[in-house]
Amino acid sequence: MTEQPMVRFDNVSKRYGALTVLDGLNLEIAHGEKVSIIGPSGSGKTTVLRMLMTLETINDGVIWVEGQPLTHMERNGKLVPADLAHIRKIRAKIGMVFQSFNLFPHMTAMQNCIEAPITVLGMKRADAEARAADLLDMVGLSEKKDHYPSQLSGGQQQRVAIARACAMRPKIMLFDEVTSALDPELVGEVLEVIRKLGREHDLTMLMVTHQMGFAKEFSDRVCFFHAGKICEQGPPNELFGAPKNERTRQFLHAVLEAG
Amino acid sequence: MIWDWAFAFEILPVLARAAIVSIEATLIGFALAASLGLVLAVVRIAVPWTGWTISVLVELIRSTPLLIQIFFLYFVFPKFGVVLDAFTAGVLAIGIHYAAYCSEVYRAGFDNIHRGQWEASIALNLSSWTTFRDIIIPQAIPPIVPALGNYLVALFKETPLLSAIAVLELMQTAKIIGSETFRYTEPTTLVGLFFLAMSLVSAALIRSLERLLNRRTMR
Ligand SMILES: Nc1ncnc2c1ncn2[C@@H]1O[C@H](COP(=O)(O)OP(=O)(O)O)[C@@H](O)[C@H]1O
Ligand SMILES: [Mg+2]
Repeated sequence: MTEQPMVRFDNVSKRYGALTVLDGLNLEIAHGEKVSIIGPSGSGKTTVLRMLMTLETINDGVIWVEGQPLTHMERNGKLVPADLAHIRKIRAKIGMVFQSFNLFPHMTAMQNCIEAPITVLGMKRADAEARAADLLDMVGLSEKKDHYPSQLSGGQQQRVAIARACAMRPKIMLFDEVTSALDPELVGEVLEVIRKLGREHDLTMLMVTHQMGFAKEFSDRVCFFHAGKICEQGPPNELFGAPKNERTRQFLHAVLEAG
Repeated sequence: MIWDWAFAFEILPVLARAAIVSIEATLIGFALAASLGLVLAVVRIAVPWTGWTISVLVELIRSTPLLIQIFFLYFVFPKFGVVLDAFTAGVLAIGIHYAAYCSEVYRAGFDNIHRGQWEASIALNLSSWTTFRDIIIPQAIPPIVPALGNYLVALFKETPLLSAIAVLELMQTAKIIGSETFRYTEPTTLVGLFFLAMSLVSAALIRSLERLLNRRTMR
């Protein structure tokens, strides 16, 4: 038996009323693979992540995680829409970091990182705190653990958000333009943490990004989205070095032009 | 003489006992209103199909006078086998009436929570119960304390309605004193002063609670 892909989008469509945002998406991501999604604004990149995180329902198709359906469940050999218990079981494997951080403002960095491990995984407070301390150390914020989000810079908040997501030990991490809301001088520290995460943890990563340099250096594969479809995909040196599709060329040209 | 000091002092102890009944009715009524209102607001979000029913219920309660609801619980419910003493029926009616108002206040509080807070909770796989208890409610409550406080004072000022079903609260006691002695000036004035004083005190307490909460919630 061949190894199951970590994630598989099987002919997935997403519509908002008459607007088709994703049109029959097929995408497989292997265990440990780092995949970047690039493309123009409105092409459906965020929607891909949100569907996988179950923040959006899908209209057609099935999403699979490690060979198990996420959006559906098996009943008498047939796939039926998943109930909440099933969704919660499968989505425990997935974590997400948002463009706008979404830290809990009434909790310190430490409290943000132990909330879910205690209430969802049932960890003991001391164990959860030990794990959170390690993760805050990993993101370089040990000394800020008792600070509230409002007392942290954007880059620091985003690093706490990464530690918080990691505290649930997901197998798959989703990053949606996690540096877009940051001042330019703070982008580097967040990317450095993501690099470290990729090196030190056995994580499958799927990231939407406008940082072409980072996508090129960090990813195993880059997918270029256009109008709700994958227009072109391949290893970063091929896609950036010798794009085959005219649309990809135009997009990369425009992005590099803008700096 | 219009105002008789001796008489005023004479009736003071009786009124003080009645004041305790008024305060009890207020506190129990408001505790009921605040908690039932919260339950209604949470259920409306957590169990979407209840939305319509709860809206109709809330609208119904807010669009009929509290006095009618008090009468309903005290005089009509016994016809269906539910017999409540006057205090219980009255406090229950007040609590339910103000729960309808409080639920709207909570709803506004929940609506003001950024969507990202709910999404982060889902991404961390929190249950909806945990999401409300630890994430949403602690952020939603502090900004609505003033609005809830206003309803506490409003509820307190409506407790004289309980005199309509002969609960021995302040108004009813003043009425009895008046009808026994034919002097209404002192009891009515004293009751009015008492409400004035209590309203001012509660308003001050709410303001300091508000300041405390503002200081505690970091933003
Ligand atoms: N809740 C929504 N309702 C209606 N349209 C939406 C909604 N969310 C996203 N869209 C639309 O879906 C399209 C894809 O959005 P998105 O995935 O956010 O694009 P990207 O991340 O590539 O910029 C856009 O046209 C956007 O306007
Ligand atoms: Mg986007």
